[in-house]
Amino acid sequence: MAVAPRRIAIIGAGQAGGQAAYSLRLAGYDGAIDLIGDEPAPPYQRPPLSKAYLKGEMEAERLFLKPLEYYSEHAINLVTSNAAKKIDLAEKRVELAHGAPISWDKLVIATGARPRKLAVPGADLKGVVELRTLADVDQLKLLAAPGARLVVVGAGYIGLEAAAVGAQLGLKVTVLEAMPQVLSRVAGAEIGAFYTYVHRTAGSDVRLHARLEGFEGSGHISGVRLAGGEILPCDLALVGVGVLPNLELALDAGIVCGNGIVVDAQGRTSHPDVHAAGDVAWRPLVHFGREGRLESVHNAIEGGKIAAAAMLGAAPPTLEVPWFWSDQFDLKLQTAGLWTGADAQILRGDPQSKAFAVFYLKEGRVIAVDAVNSAAEYVVGRKLVAAQATIAPAELADKSISMKDIGARALG
Amino acid sequence: MPKITYVDASGTERTVEGKNGMTVMETAIKHNVPGIDADCGGACACATCHVYVDAAFTEKVGKPSAMEQSMLDFAENVKENSRLSCQIKIRDDLDGLKVTTPESQH
Repeated sequence: MAVAPRRIAIIGAGQAGGQAAYSLRLAGYDGAIDLIGDEPAPPYQRPPLSKAYLKGEMEAERLFLKPLEYYSEHAINLVTSNAAKKIDLAEKRVELAHGAPISWDKLVIATGARPRKLAVPGADLKGVVELRTLADVDQLKLLAAPGARLVVVGAGYIGLEAAAVGAQLGLKVTVLEAMPQVLSRVAGAEIGAFYTYVHRTAGSDVRLHARLEGFEGSGHISGVRLAGGEILPCDLALVGVGVLPNLELALDAGIVCGNGIVVDAQGRTSHPDVHAAGDVAWRPLVHFGREGRLESVHNAIEGGKIAAAAMLGAAPPTLEVPWFWSDQFDLKLQTAGLWTGADAQILRGDPQSKAFAVFYLKEGRVIAVDAVNSAAEYVVGRKLVAAQATIAPAELADKSISMKDIGARALG
Repeated sequence: MPKITYVDASGTERTVEGKNGMTVMETAIKHNVPGIDADCGGACACATCHVYVDAAFTEKVGKPSAMEQSMLDFAENVKENSRLSCQIKIRDDLDGLKVTTPESQH
C-alpha cells in the first residue's frame, strides 16, 4: 500500500483543477492543497463566456465555481495570477513565476488549452481577439458596440455562439469558415446546414469555403483580407479556430505527451505521482474503445474527479458518455457521444420546426446524438450511446414512437 | 431577502438568504450547500441540480418548462415534486422555500 499523500499541488485553476481540489476535500483528504492559477479569478465556468456573460446578462462573480470563502474555509491555498514555470520531478516541486516553489507528493496538471493563433499578417493588430478567458471577453465587450462590424473567423461552437450574441447585440456579423460547413469538427452536415441557415436568417453573412489571407490595419484592425483580394471592412475580429493543449510544462519535465498529456484510466501520466485532467489530457475514451482529448465541462469535471480518486486510492467515478451543449439564439443544442467515424446520420424531426435531432450510427450502433431543443432525444440518446445500443434507423426517425419507447425497447 | 432552506438526504437543514433573480441552484453553490452538483452551471443541460420542492411551495414554484420536464423525465429518482433548481428563480413570494436534495445527482 502506497503512503497517503500529504501535499497535493494542482497546476491550473480552471474547471478541472478546481474539481480535483473540491473532490479531494469531499473525499475527506485533509492534507495540503495548492491550487495554482495564472488568471486573477478563482476557478470559474467558461461556457457562459461566449453566451450569457458576453451578452451582459451575467456578472463575473456568478461564474465562479465556488465562492472565494470556500477556499479558505476548506484550507485550499488558491494561488492566483501566478504561473507555474517548471515541474521538478526529482525534487517533487513546482517552480512559480513569483515566490517560493511549491512541494508536492502528488501533482495534478490541469493547464487546459489556449486558442490557436493564425499565422497570417496582422494577427497581432488591436481588435483581433480570442475568447478563452474572462479578460478576453471583457476586452471583446469593450469593442462590441452596437453597429460595430464583427468578423468571426472559425465557425465552431465558440465562434457561432459569439456570432449569435453579436447579432443579438446589434453588431454587423460576418462568419468565415474554411470548411464546407459550420461546426465541421463537432457535428454532421445536417446540423451544419441548420446552423448556417439560423445565422443567415438572423442577418449574419456566413461564408463557407472562406480563405483568410490576413488582417488589415495599422495599429487597430480595419478589415479582413480574403484570398482573391476581397477586403471585408471591420472593427473587430474574433478568432476561434480551435485550441492547443498547454502541455509544455509536462513535456519539459519529460512526461510522455502526444496531442495532450497521455494518461491512463486513473488519470495517471507516465510518472506515477503525476496526474493530468481536463482539456490538456489525452485519455482513454472508454465508450469508444480509443483515446483522445476532449474539450468540455464534462471532461474537466470527470478528469478532476478521476485524478482525486486515484491519488487517494479510492474507487474511480462512473464514467459518463461525453456531453456538450451550445446555446445560440433561442436554440439549445445538446450533444452526447462523439460522432467521429459515423457511417449513418438519422434525422428525427423537422429542422424547420427548430426542434429535431440527428443520431449518429456506426455499424448499426448509436455513437452520438445532436439534439436541438429536444431534451428527450438528448437524454435517451445519452443512454443509447452508453449502452452502445443497436436500433433500426427507421425507428429512430419515426416521431410517432416516443423516445421513452425507443429507450425502453433498445435498453430493455 | 427571501430565505431558502435546503434539506439534504440525511435530513440536515441549511437555511440561507437568497437574492431575487438568482436561481435556487446558484444560491446553493454560493453558500456551499452540498448535494447540488450543477455540472453545467445552470444551462439546463445536465440534470445534476435536481431537488424536491416542499409541498407547501409546489404551486408557487410552478411547473417545469418542456425542456426541463424532458430532462427530469429521464433523471434518477424523480418524483411528482422534482425540479431542476437551476430553473427556479428566487422571488419575494418564494420566501421560506424548502427543497430537499436527492442522495445522488449522478
